[in-house]
Amino acid sequence: MGKNKKKKEFVITLCDGTACIHNGSKEIKSGIEKQLEKHGISESVRIILSGCLGMCDKGPVLIVNPGYTIYGRVTEKDIPEIIESHIIGGKAVSRLVIDEDHLYNRFFRVFGDVGFFGRQMRITLRNCGIIDPENIDDYISLRGYEAIAKVLSDMKPGEVIEEVKHSGLRGRGGAGFPTGLKWEFTAGQKSDEKYVICNADEGDPGAFMDRSAIEGDPHTVIEGMIIGGYAVGSSKGIIYIRAEYPLAIKRLEKAIKDSRRNGFLGENIFGSDFSFDIEIRLGAGAFVCGEETALIHSIEGSRGMPRPRPPYPSVNGLFGKPTLINNVETWANIPVIILDGADWFRKVGTEKSKGTKVFALAGKVKNTGLVEVPMGTTLREIIFDIGGGIENGKKFKAVQTGGPSGGCLPEKYLDTPIDYESLAKAGSIMGSGGMIVIDEDSCMVGIAKFFLEFTQNESCGKCTPCREGTKRMLEILTRITEGKGEEGDVEKLERLGNLIKKASLCGLGQSAPNPVLSTILNFREEYEEHIKDKKCRAGECRSLIGYEINSKCVGCGACKRVCPVGAISGTPKNPHFIDKAKCVKCGQCYEVCKFGAIDKK
Amino acid sequence: MQTSLENDKIAELKKYISDISGKTDKPESYLIAVLHRAQNLFGYLNREVMDEIAVIMNIPASHIWGVATFYHYFKLKPQGRHSISICLGTACYVKGAGNILEAVKKELGIGLGETTEDGLFSLHEARCLGACGLAPVVMIDDKIYGELTTQKITEIISGYRKSNRKSKEG
Repeated sequence: MGKNKKKKEFVITLCDGTACIHNGSKEIKSGIEKQLEKHGISESVRIILSGCLGMCDKGPVLIVNPGYTIYGRVTEKDIPEIIESHIIGGKAVSRLVIDEDHLYNRFFRVFGDVGFFGRQMRITLRNCGIIDPENIDDYISLRGYEAIAKVLSDMKPGEVIEEVKHSGLRGRGGAGFPTGLKWEFTAGQKSDEKYVICNADEGDPGAFMDRSAIEGDPHTVIEGMIIGGYAVGSSKGIIYIRAEYPLAIKRLEKAIKDSRRNGFLGENIFGSDFSFDIEIRLGAGAFVCGEETALIHSIEGSRGMPRPRPPYPSVNGLFGKPTLINNVETWANIPVIILDGADWFRKVGTEKSKGTKVFALAGKVKNTGLVEVPMGTTLREIIFDIGGGIENGKKFKAVQTGGPSGGCLPEKYLDTPIDYESLAKAGSIMGSGGMIVIDEDSCMVGIAKFFLEFTQNESCGKCTPCREGTKRMLEILTRITEGKGEEGDVEKLERLGNLIKKASLCGLGQSAPNPVLSTILNFREEYEEHIKDKKCRAGECRSLIGYEINSKCVGCGACKRVCPVGAISGTPKNPHFIDKAKCVKCGQCYEVCKFGAIDKK
Repeated sequence: MQTSLENDKIAELKKYISDISGKTDKPESYLIAVLHRAQNLFGYLNREVMDEIAVIMNIPASHIWGVATFYHYFKLKPQGRHSISICLGTACYVKGAGNILEAVKKELGIGLGETTEDGLFSLHEARCLGACGLAPVVMIDDKIYGELTTQKITEIISGYRKSNRKSKEG
């Protein structure tokens, strides 16, 4: 202490507003000065008398920096303790700390009010980017494993379920089933053995929320699962994760090991009679395994094929036992609900969708990445305020949510507040959180075909509507993009699509036609153009376009060199020419031209 | 020499399976983990290895074959020295992954799921590598290449060819 007398090590900001003066802030100031003198550290602490801090009902208020610790209702008697424990000992006096500081707030202290972060509200990602994910002490220092301690010491399983029910949390995997109800169903089953599963089989192309969440903060998922295990009466947890995520797997393995060593996992957690442990099971690259019954079959060591529900996994799940399955993001919400309370959680979001949602923002948008926003935020805010708008000054065309199970929404839906119901009403779904921005350069028929190719490829083949139906739809779409579309194709797609939705066994088939149906609904004219005029306005469908060189050509010869079939002729420094009979429409000349001299027509 | 190596690997696989059997009463549910391990050891899943697993785990070979063919992650043919995965996730798709795929196919003269004659490259599609911010991306072995153009990816592949030639000569 006090080696360098001039350097102030601490700053104490004392509220000097009317209310705090009333409550005795002047006396507190002199009390602090006396104590500092007594310890001989007056030189290393600066006292600032501030204007009203606005927390009048908590007065007198003082803030200690660094650390931004806010003390409220401080009396003169508390001063020696604050000085000795906090200023000298470095440990805040927790009984006086104003604890209105919700977990997510820490995020802003680190990242500040940067445009990209400022509009976000990070509940599930609250620790991502703040803690070292491989260090359990980091997690613990931010109230990690406090929720499970609270649950085990103060709450009965039924109370935990009530709290989760009251929070209004709904499944973040996409379907939005009320989480608390799922817990209640599973808890209500009598069985000698029950299972708790974390679904981390994130298979949507263009979605990476779960991967990033696990990589950034694996412990929060583990803590959520322990709480879930306690609530439903299970002692065995399983995390089913994609083999394609090696880093996430490694971090989870380490987190589980550390958690066991610290006594958060294993026998008699915190000395209670509750025991719980978690193991990791790897997927092997099958999209359908994100469906809960398929996932269960995969953990059992079989082909990941779904089965009809009911019975639901909460009744008859893994190895025939009652099983609680939630996805990564859902689990990550649980510790926050327990610590900050369901009442607080309910305040975030819309009437029917509470809390936040994480989106993986990607595609033709300036800022791509993970975004967590309160439910009720509009698509426009996410894409234009957080995402920074469309790249290269292009025009917004559509936003795709929900991956292969979702739909494409055009500009008129940009002001739709995001929640489960409003997205469904607009013709898409919330989904697990993929959000792809599409600009004028993308063909909507092509996008529909892209998703259907994916679901067709991933269809497990068990039920006919999905296996055969998606194939027929894909054939029609392929025909349309090749310029061989026929009158009535759009109607055929609609009829087939609706049939597949109704008749398929599982969520994969029931939602597979969505990208096609939603693009027909919102971009029907593009389909018509492909079929009737044999035109692709985005210039993406190769069979429907041709390349021509315009007057901007300077004769650099780059296109001629790159053309694989020798269709381009011309002499240096003179305009070149494309022989359409030879051209195979590979587009390499278009890509290589630096002068914008090649038109797609 | 070759056979003793194979025997070493089989022994390792056997030990892995017996470790599992020791800690659970449902060892058959670990089939996928065992297949992961086998692919790790042998580079791919051939018939003989799967038959061996069937015997050790007492599971019908038909079931193992069914599981191995169901999941994309399991490779049933020998793989090239370098594995090239073209990301065909949505973000990459809207940023032109289709053209990248075409360019690579042409450069290598093989289709998806195939291996070049010289055994140097195997070509696969990937559904989202989670690097959407860098789209379009390609993963070669464990390395991610982002913001690609058809020209860039062709150059990268020639780079691998060159370094391979060097390592052979050296």
